[in-house]
Amino acid sequence: MDDKVKTAETSSGHVKVVENATCTFCGCVCDDMVLTVDLDQKKITKAKNACVLGRAWFAEHVHEDNVPPALLDGQPVSVEAAIEEAARILVEARFPITYGLSDTTCEAQREAVAITDMIRGNLDTTTSVCHGPSGLAFQGIGESTMTLGEVKNRADLVIYWGGNPAESHPRHFTRYAVTPKGMFTPNGKKDRYVVLVDVRRTPSAPVADLFLQVKPGHDFELAWALRALVRGRRLDPGIEEATGIPLATLTDLAARMKSCRYGVLFFGMGLTMTRGRHFNSGAVLALATDLNEYTHFVAKPVRGHGNVTGADNVVSWQTGFPFGVNFSRGFPRFNPGEFTTVDTLSRGDADAALIVASDPAANFPKAAIEHLGRIPVISLDAKETATSRLARVAFRTATYGISVAGTVYRMDDVPITLRTAFESKLPSDEDILTALRTRIKALLLARGQAAKSRSAATRTAA
Amino acid sequence: MKSHNSTPAGAAGPIRIVNGRIHDPANGIDGAVRDLCVESGRIVESAPVGARRIDAAGMVIMPGGVDIHCHIAGPKVNLARKLQPEDHRRDPHPGTLYTRSGTGGTVPSTFATGYRYASLGYTTAMEAAVPPIGARHTLEELHDTPVIDKGFYVLLGNNIFLQRLLKEGRRDEFRQAVAWWVNSTKAYATKLVNPGGDEPWKGKRNANVSDIDETNEVFGISPRQIIDAFVDAVHEMRLPHPPHIHCNNLGHSGNYATTLETMKTAGDRRLHIAHIQFHSYGGQPGKSPSSAAQPIVEYVNAHPNITCDVGQVMFGKSTIMTADAPLAYMLRNLKKNKWVNADTECESGCGIVPFSYQEKIYVHALQWAIGLELFLMSADPWRIILSTDHPNGGSFLSYPKLIRLLMDREFRKEEIKRVHKKAISRTVLADLDREYTLNEIAIISRAGPARALGLRNKGHLGPGADADITVYDDDADRERMFNAPRYVVKSGRVVIDDHEFREDFSGRLLHIAPEYDATIVQTVRPFFEDYYSIEFDNYAVGDSFLHDHEVIPSRPA
Amino acid sequence: MPEIMLLIAGRTSDQGTSLNRGKLKEEYLQVTSTVEMNEDDMARLGLQAGDRIRLSNDTGETTVTCQPRKRTDLPAGMLFMAYGPSSSQLMASDTAGTGMPISKNFTVQIEKITGAA
Repeated sequence: MDDKVKTAETSSGHVKVVENATCTFCGCVCDDMVLTVDLDQKKITKAKNACVLGRAWFAEHVHEDNVPPALLDGQPVSVEAAIEEAARILVEARFPITYGLSDTTCEAQREAVAITDMIRGNLDTTTSVCHGPSGLAFQGIGESTMTLGEVKNRADLVIYWGGNPAESHPRHFTRYAVTPKGMFTPNGKKDRYVVLVDVRRTPSAPVADLFLQVKPGHDFELAWALRALVRGRRLDPGIEEATGIPLATLTDLAARMKSCRYGVLFFGMGLTMTRGRHFNSGAVLALATDLNEYTHFVAKPVRGHGNVTGADNVVSWQTGFPFGVNFSRGFPRFNPGEFTTVDTLSRGDADAALIVASDPAANFPKAAIEHLGRIPVISLDAKETATSRLARVAFRTATYGISVAGTVYRMDDVPITLRTAFESKLPSDEDILTALRTRIKALLLARGQAAKSRSAATRTAA
Repeated sequence: MKSHNSTPAGAAGPIRIVNGRIHDPANGIDGAVRDLCVESGRIVESAPVGARRIDAAGMVIMPGGVDIHCHIAGPKVNLARKLQPEDHRRDPHPGTLYTRSGTGGTVPSTFATGYRYASLGYTTAMEAAVPPIGARHTLEELHDTPVIDKGFYVLLGNNIFLQRLLKEGRRDEFRQAVAWWVNSTKAYATKLVNPGGDEPWKGKRNANVSDIDETNEVFGISPRQIIDAFVDAVHEMRLPHPPHIHCNNLGHSGNYATTLETMKTAGDRRLHIAHIQFHSYGGQPGKSPSSAAQPIVEYVNAHPNITCDVGQVMFGKSTIMTADAPLAYMLRNLKKNKWVNADTECESGCGIVPFSYQEKIYVHALQWAIGLELFLMSADPWRIILSTDHPNGGSFLSYPKLIRLLMDREFRKEEIKRVHKKAISRTVLADLDREYTLNEIAIISRAGPARALGLRNKGHLGPGADADITVYDDDADRERMFNAPRYVVKSGRVVIDDHEFREDFSGRLLHIAPEYDATIVQTVRPFFEDYYSIEFDNYAVGDSFLHDHEVIPSRPA
Repeated sequence: MPEIMLLIAGRTSDQGTSLNRGKLKEEYLQVTSTVEMNEDDMARLGLQAGDRIRLSNDTGETTVTCQPRKRTDLPAGMLFMAYGPSSSQLMASDTAGTGMPISKNFTVQIEKITGAA
């Protein structure tokens, strides 16, 4: 365990209580779970402090110790045999791709990047279909940002744009951003003004003091109008028709943004997945940056899966780029649209795929899914998925945060160490990837030796 | 946790390096030709028969380089990496079957960072600014930074809880809490950046503190009180390295007065001033700066309790990355290009701005000249240490050029001709004829930083020292010489062998573990429960984050 | 008809909870093949809650069940559904150089399915 200060686990009979456990379902990565674990049944019977999604994450987890850890063409095989076949596929491929990585530990992510570097493959994470556009905007604009505790302690204006935390990140409001009482916000919600911008009135709307219903696909125009108003420019009243929001409302909001003490703008995939993509993210990042001429203002994308932020960090520190990285020339190159996975699949470039902890076969565009069906796929997942079903080699791995410890980064880049509820007989992603890396390295070294002796033989013959 | 770059243990056999001229200033050796023996990762009196023999005839031998102040790992470094794909694109670092690939630029990927330090003959580097909550992140990156030994300094100078203890006069608990924080993060030293500046930045519409005696209206204490408390606590605990401070008013005209006051606050207790070049400006605040290198260097020369690193500016691309958020914002406003600000709850601020220093810009040329003045007017090279505050003043890859500037008067004169003339005329640089000797270079880049850090097994080549050794061809072009060592031995392994990179392994984490009264935990806990967003019991970093590591002991009483 | 509407795909609580039970289970497949439509649009098109409709565009087509939403919550002409295998069928793979396919806010054609499914 991670602290020497206090033992967080107490056992009584066959029930164990794990305090300060972490839920890795969404990017909130709440680390205040109190799990009641039935050790006989290997079931989590209670997850105190969990939200509706977290409760399902823990309660629905069934231990799958009797599940075969590896399948080859759908038939159970030993892990060793599966590693052998997976290594062969990856070493022989001309354009192998690695994808996923958001629902596993940083330790496993580091192994996956190492493998891809070694086989000179293509590396991408679920970031590319999540806040990838925000990553591109970040590269152009930068970002004024913060850890979530700053929002709790200081924020008096909180704006959510293109996101529905009530359903996607249910504790975002209560634990971090809207209701908590902090150092300079002793009255919690009463000390904050909350704005929601979305194309439809979502279940998040009741929390907002102001709801702005923007015309679908016109977030950029709205953000740009606010930038202009913040700078005191006059706007053409046509902006009302373009965005669906009265100019007076926008003028009031701009004034509120300039006069708040610590403003926060959270934005979701409602900006990245629609018309404008990285321009939308860039516009709201620029808006937050501009506001620093008047007050303190920060912004942050509300990231999705448990450790997608860890994937961004690991890939960045190992390669210099956050996603969409290709190693085919022996060093990392970054090119979204070329080395991102929807593109490598739908164009038909990839001739083998290592898919870790994600399910592109269920949620990618149709053309990409069709190509996945044509190439050998190696999958690692804690559950059976559409991707594991079509995989040539499918590893069933233990679940992180329940049976696997390790590191996970919260959406604000804060790393947290996981505690486990119970052991699993299944290997972890890190176990499988480490074994795979070792085997691949041996194959590559042997191939290097063979090439050397071949060229020596050629020289001798000459 | 497994090593990413493992080689079999014991792969390094004994070595005897013969015929080389040794510069080992800590042991009083200045260019003597002696055998140097290595066994089991240490310098030894003699190597067994059958040891590998390296003939270093005509070569110069020094301990491995020690970088006392750089930014190479952790949250802000990774944000700066993500921010600049354009910087990586033009500087690929290809991998091999044995080494990892990466990218360079001013903020290289972790693997490229380790390999490139090693390929300059540097074997130890200290990441200089990490917010405690980012310690895990930093340790993960340092694990992926191969070959070199490394550690980090933990940012405590704007820590809200510590400021509260000081305000309430609870100095003993303050000291216990500092020790707890250092322990909980596996840090090497305490770091203060613009103490007292975070609260006005975050809480008062991007304001800053400008006077060391200005009382913060929220916490009721001044920067000087914070500095004094750290100097005192670290002195009491005899930590290997004194408080490492980035003074208030960095970059502002007239800031040398603040720097002097900061040093005076320490009295005769130890204090390290980081990148002192950035704190040696004369002139009126808000007006054009002038050089105040002279009063600064005079104070340092006269006070053996003070150490500093220079933070030399080198022309070309740099990246400003700092916990001094108001400074980064000021620089951002020069061009209004991309900018990162990152507030860390209860602990720190952060700012990042891509930057470039240009010969023809008055201020940049002045900064360059002031750094060189400080080096050339230094009376004690042990205490005025080589750094560029990588990548703030320039990349660590520019160290060889900086060494040439110090060693080669003619080269320096040529370079002076290329820069803004008015700036040079406002300094005494053109009148300084001093040339550093090889021994002095060995001091400012090895022996001095190791001593300032309290690393007793580094920076020298006496028996028992870590076998971190650099062997250079003796080349009149000192830049070329220091750019490409013939051999680099790290922990007894020949990493660079006749110019070729041959080994890859993780290197060690260097950290300290000062004792503290465990009851302090109960004092800290309620604050966490009220104001942090992670659970207190999940805050302290566990041993799983240590790869190969060494706990450096406190200084003897 | 043909009736053209804007489709928005997103996350929902039901999708998030049923996902944990298994993405190949009936419940998840049902949650991700239900589309919400403005109540006035449904009335205008003669649709009842639970009716099946075919969504199609240049990329593909899928069959889903429709449910009404209040006119104040979901504007006329807009459809909302949880991400999943059904929405994938309609998602074009062009990413315009970003890596991100347009997953929200694309046009689809709607036809009511009559008779036995």
